[in-house]
Amino acid sequence: MSTEVVKLKPGSYKTDLKPVWCPGCGDFGVLNALYRAMAQLQLEPWNTVVLSGIGCSSRLPGYVATYGFNSVHGRALTLATGVKIARPETIVIAVGGDGDGMAIGGNHFMHACRRNLDVTYILMDNEIYGLTKGQTAPTTPTGDKTKSSFYGNPEPAVDPVELAISTGATFVARGFSGDMKTLTNLIVQAIQHRGFAFVNVMSPCVTFRGESQYGILKEKLRLVPEDHDPTDRLAALAFTREKDVLTTGILYNVDEPSLVDRIAHVRELAKAQGPEPTVKDILQTFFPSF
Amino acid sequence: MRMVLKGNGAVAHGVRLARAQVISAYPITPQTSIIEGLADMVSEGKLDAKFIKVESEHSALAGCISASSAGARVFTATSAQGLALMHELIHWAAGARLPIVLANVNRAMAPGWSIWTDQNDSLSQRDTGWMQVYCESSQEVVDSVIQAYKVSEKVLLPTMVILDAFFLSHTYEDVEVPEQSMVDGFLPPLDLPQKMDLERPAALGNLVFPDRYMEFRRKMDLAHDLALGVWEEVGREWGGLTGRSYGLVEEYRLEGAELVFVTAATAASTARVVIDAMREEGIPAGLLRLRVFRPFPAELLRGVLAGRKKVVVLDRNCSFGHHGIFHQEIKSALYGLPDAQRPPMYGFIAGLGGRDIRPDDIDGMLRGVWEGRITDPVSWWDVLEAKDPARAAVVMA
Ligand SMILES: Cc1ncc(C[n+]2csc(CCOP(=O)(O)OP(=O)(O)O)c2C)c(N)n1
Ligand code: SF4
Ligand SMILES: [Mg+2]
Repeated sequence: MSTEVVKLKPGSYKTDLKPVWCPGCGDFGVLNALYRAMAQLQLEPWNTVVLSGIGCSSRLPGYVATYGFNSVHGRALTLATGVKIARPETIVIAVGGDGDGMAIGGNHFMHACRRNLDVTYILMDNEIYGLTKGQTAPTTPTGDKTKSSFYGNPEPAVDPVELAISTGATFVARGFSGDMKTLTNLIVQAIQHRGFAFVNVMSPCVTFRGESQYGILKEKLRLVPEDHDPTDRLAALAFTREKDVLTTGILYNVDEPSLVDRIAHVRELAKAQGPEPTVKDILQTFFPSF
Repeated sequence: MRMVLKGNGAVAHGVRLARAQVISAYPITPQTSIIEGLADMVSEGKLDAKFIKVESEHSALAGCISASSAGARVFTATSAQGLALMHELIHWAAGARLPIVLANVNRAMAPGWSIWTDQNDSLSQRDTGWMQVYCESSQEVVDSVIQAYKVSEKVLLPTMVILDAFFLSHTYEDVEVPEQSMVDGFLPPLDLPQKMDLERPAALGNLVFPDRYMEFRRKMDLAHDLALGVWEEVGREWGGLTGRSYGLVEEYRLEGAELVFVTAATAASTARVVIDAMREEGIPAGLLRLRVFRPFPAELLRGVLAGRKKVVVLDRNCSFGHHGIFHQEIKSALYGLPDAQRPPMYGFIAGLGGRDIRPDDIDGMLRGVWEGRITDPVSWWDVLEAKDPARAAVVMA
């Protein structure tokens, strides 16, 4: 019997489920970029887990023909940690929304960054809670009117990219769901990265933020300059402080031991201790004549 | 004023009339329109409250706990996963004896994800020290929210006002919304005895050693006993003001009833139609609707059910491994009756995850029991049974 290697195409990663996102939702772009990135890397579906929290964006695992896990709101990264530790050889891709990752799951984000958890985390940032119909998210710009802020959002927003860099993520990128080519490339590199790879994707919610978001974002977005040194943390952070501009591309990328590496190291140290002493060994320590 | 309101709208109006001062919440289907309604009332100047949309339900209840400790009348609303996430602070709110009112829209727990109704979310909080009121209509919701503040503030225990997802939360009904002046007379401004006070500085949340812990818990239990009478008294007072009296339970056509159907929430509306039809036929059926479930009106139930021929309990919940929860509790309440007075009980678990409970279903349960065709103490109704129960360990057959 001959074993023929079948080349997987982006379409190979599709499931029978038809996305229920609103027409024009940015998340379609993220899904297509992910299909392409997976095909480019020829990821084995049986060795890949796509995991999410809850939200419109978190429906994504159902549309990808790998192992999928649509978990509870805000906890994608905690569940991703368990899968990755139990099965370090699998590729783990966590996805979700800005509310999921920055509000209810905000503390987990910091710890995933800090531990350098070996997963790719794609945050579909639409600056709103889409699924619950348009309330302010921690990423909603100050002053923007939403269902929960009649006079405009009174609170300052968080920039997930800034948070990721400052809390220890080792790969941090910003993408746009309307720029398929760049986004595909960012996801490919994120999956290849060893350690926590974070891709914040500006992915408009046309229903609760309006179709104008595409235009507004296109005006603001620009590619990271070619001479940017992604190992320069301060330079990377500077891109998160810009006004009226949003820089896309890989902003930060360094090589550090990952969580899986560190856990493996601890196990080696433990093994080097040799076998457990017997009761007799212990007693002999105290009573040499025993 | 008469208004057409859905259950969630009725909650918001109740909270407005109670003049809540701090509202702290996080959105979740099917509760979200409660807090959206309140956010609108605050931004339109119809409710002078501080509204904050926080980053999770845990934070929402934390905000209520501290605002309440500072002496404010507070409110939050949630559902299913959100209530479960609050659990740590649900215990805290009761243990700290804070008169918080929370609306919970009954929704089934994940996994599998469901946004439809059942009671396992609120009943999982049964042993926390909160009072629980199960509502049947939008009218009862608006009335119960206002009463809940009054009872909570009298006995210093928090109350969960509970309504079915969609069947009540999103169903529009004709509601008599009370006048503010009347509610103001009924519910005076909150004056919490143990609130944070610069004149009497105190530290909250300290370690309590084994020599004192039980005394605090004993007082919680006593407050529940006290609350039974307070709910009745407050329900009567409300009746005097509005013409709508409420008790711990509601009795419907129980005079001469030999076959009694017991349930809570919106299933009771469906049951009423069935009871009427059966009575028409000459079957002596009646309905007992549970309203206040904590504190549990055991004595009252014992009195009402003593000597009936058969009692059927419908649970839209299940304590896996042991019956529906209302069924268990009622059965234990009847234990004290003499043998001749203690009716046989038949429990049905139905309508989980929002499955519809139609008149035909209730008719089937009642007739089956009445005619002696159903004799099992507990039955799952309208469920596709596993072909081989021994294979229950296989989740997906
Ligand atoms: C514990 C809990 N609280 C609240 C919810 C309700 N809920 C579901 S998704 C969501 C927010 C969605 O916003 P985001 O994460 O930004 O995703 P989007 O829909 O915008 O893609 C909320 C509040 C829930 N499912 N669980
Ligand atoms: S509500 Fe917004 S985020 Fe959700 S599917 Fe529609 S456009 Fe996308
Ligand atoms: Mg979002």
